[in-house]
Amino acid sequence: MKSMKRARIASNAVVYIVLSVLAIVWLIPILWVVLSSFRTESGIITPYFFPKSYGFINYVKLWTDTSVYLFPRWFLNTFIVAVFSCVLTTLLTLATAYVISKIRFGARKGLMNAALVLGMFPGFMSMIAIYYILRAVDLTQSLVALVFVYSAGAGLNFYIAKGFFDTIPNQLNEAAKIDGAMGSQIFFRIILPLSKPIIVYTALMAFTAPWMDFILARVIMGDASDKFTVAVGLYNMMFRKDADPSVFTLFATGCVCVSLPIVALFLWLQRYYVEGITGGAVKG
Amino acid sequence: MNAQAIGKKNAFVRGGRRVRDTAKSVCGRFTHGSVYTKIAHFIMGFGNLARGQIVKGLLFLAAQALFTVFMILRGGRAVAGFFTLGTRVAHVEIIDGFPVNVAGDNSMLFLLYGVLTFALIAGFIALWSVSVASSYRADCMVHAGKKPSRFSDDVRALLDEKFHVTMLTPAVLGVLVFTALPIVYMVCIAFTDFDSAHPAGVTLFDWIGFAGFKDVFTGVGEVGRMFFPVLLWTLVWAFFATFLNYFAGIIVALLINKKGIRFKWLFRTVFVLTIAVPQFVSLLTMRAMLSYSGPVNNFLLRTGLAQLPVHFFDGKAWVARVAVIAVNLWVGIPYTMLITSGILLNIPAELYEAARMDGAGVMKTFFKITMPYILFVTSPYLITQFIGNINNFNVIYLLSGGMPNTPKGTVAGETDLLVTWLFKLTIENSDFNKGAVVGILTFIVCAVLSLVTYRNTASYKKEDTFQ
Repeated sequence: MKSMKRARIASNAVVYIVLSVLAIVWLIPILWVVLSSFRTESGIITPYFFPKSYGFINYVKLWTDTSVYLFPRWFLNTFIVAVFSCVLTTLLTLATAYVISKIRFGARKGLMNAALVLGMFPGFMSMIAIYYILRAVDLTQSLVALVFVYSAGAGLNFYIAKGFFDTIPNQLNEAAKIDGAMGSQIFFRIILPLSKPIIVYTALMAFTAPWMDFILARVIMGDASDKFTVAVGLYNMMFRKDADPSVFTLFATGCVCVSLPIVALFLWLQRYYVEGITGGAVKG
Repeated sequence: MNAQAIGKKNAFVRGGRRVRDTAKSVCGRFTHGSVYTKIAHFIMGFGNLARGQIVKGLLFLAAQALFTVFMILRGGRAVAGFFTLGTRVAHVEIIDGFPVNVAGDNSMLFLLYGVLTFALIAGFIALWSVSVASSYRADCMVHAGKKPSRFSDDVRALLDEKFHVTMLTPAVLGVLVFTALPIVYMVCIAFTDFDSAHPAGVTLFDWIGFAGFKDVFTGVGEVGRMFFPVLLWTLVWAFFATFLNYFAGIIVALLINKKGIRFKWLFRTVFVLTIAVPQFVSLLTMRAMLSYSGPVNNFLLRTGLAQLPVHFFDGKAWVARVAVIAVNLWVGIPYTMLITSGILLNIPAELYEAARMDGAGVMKTFFKITMPYILFVTSPYLITQFIGNINNFNVIYLLSGGMPNTPKGTVAGETDLLVTWLFKLTIENSDFNKGAVVGILTFIVCAVLSLVTYRNTASYKKEDTFQ
């Protein structure tokens, strides 16, 4: 008995060590950005890990000195786009998912297959066409265009929410129908109040997307630096062809400022996020 | 004949039947409909107006009028332009003895307006069909001795039994305008010679048919020389990126959920944290860390693991490839860990109990119980992951940018996937037709892979089982 106990303690110790090493490996890049953002001695990428002196210079510079980089403006842009596209995307996604999950109508299978086929085209293929379509209606280099483009894909990303609605029993709809509820009332009064987890998950995904995407925003915004989102601005800051290598600490500061709100949101809504992705993975 | 072949045959029979039924109902409306409906085939909304459905009738009529005016003023020219793609080349003309720049046709806009006009025509035909059906329905109601529905009834229906139409319309419109139309447009581009040698608005480009696709198989030009190498690497990448992440993620999940391990929430939070950090932040950081004079090389030199700094992304191809796969583990393991954690908790405890009774060891229970269970539940996830990795733009573009360059001096680098190559061809090099060809071929690869596998998963076939 005693030897078994000892064996378990030993194996647990090994697991703790492995997990701790993994946790450190996973945290190193994040730690490095955070440390670099507080580094005061030099702006370039340094070979050493820990800065030699710490301070808030980079934060002050990033938020107040807008002579070269309009970071506060980019932050505001991203926030505006994120709020609007979050509302639109959530509405569209939930509406599509609900209809596909709960209502049986003629074109249903056809629409699902069409969504499947369209989803298999690489998104980058159509990007340049989206740019020209926006230019034809004179909407390039505007935040409105970005909101539209981010929300427009909602009709294709309904699978996870559909998986959620699939778990709500159909009897609920039928009972409501017998009681004389209209189709719209069933959705708004009965289904939506039951759907908090998937609403939160969809909204979280939609809100964070504009903070993370830099390709589409880069193509649409071109060289209008006052219309950039944070991702485009930071990418350009560091990896443009004529980029100044000494802005690395400033770049790291920007990265921390972008990541903080998103990480806070994720940790706060962790439960919904995990439910969302696991539900989606299991139900396909 | 196996089950799948039968299913396929049924699909064809069903499709055929549907075409026949549609044709029948279209003819049926004309032959069985009232005189009003017959006229409504030519003057939209006539039937509705005659039956007293004034608002609806006027709306249909207005739509027809608008469409006709549009086709006369703009549409006709746009359709013609779609086929010619412009005829006037930009040139200098001598007017009154002075040279004057005359702008040429912009083939790109001709193509765009042509595609838009075709979309509009298709939309109009759909509306026409709706209007005739509506007129026929009014006929039927009158025959049955009822009053034709009023406009307010129709609006009410949109909130009740036709609520799905209301709900889907905005989403479908969004997808049509920002996904379907652009795809159709790019598919058209694949059949033209719109590349960096034919910039839009300066010179004209024209239809060239399948020449772009022929290059792929004859090995001519950028696409011909690089397509199969890039495809091969894309598949190798997708395979490793999917399955390494998958198994490593399961192992991490097992470790965290091991009985007697405390601080589970802490370890889990660390991994959720790395998911929450935007990928462009974490990946660009990795890129900086792995740079020639970055901290990773410094660490390797100091510990004596390397004699010289390693060129991770601008040296040997295999180094870069191993590096992107390794960094992708950092990105991917947390997802699999979260997903499989939930599943692990759902495995019935009796199964393990019984296995222990029978004297099965840790390894045996893992391979005979845990793995089969997880595999069964997550097979659709694996398929979507594989397709997702084929299209995994972020990891490659942000980390290596497709580097190192190939010895052949092509646009595609050694770590470029089909999607990043497509991006470079179109956005960075303006070789739109080549990019479009690569895009279509990528689509075919993904479609074949997922149609074969996805349609055979239980959750697709039996989606109603759990309702």
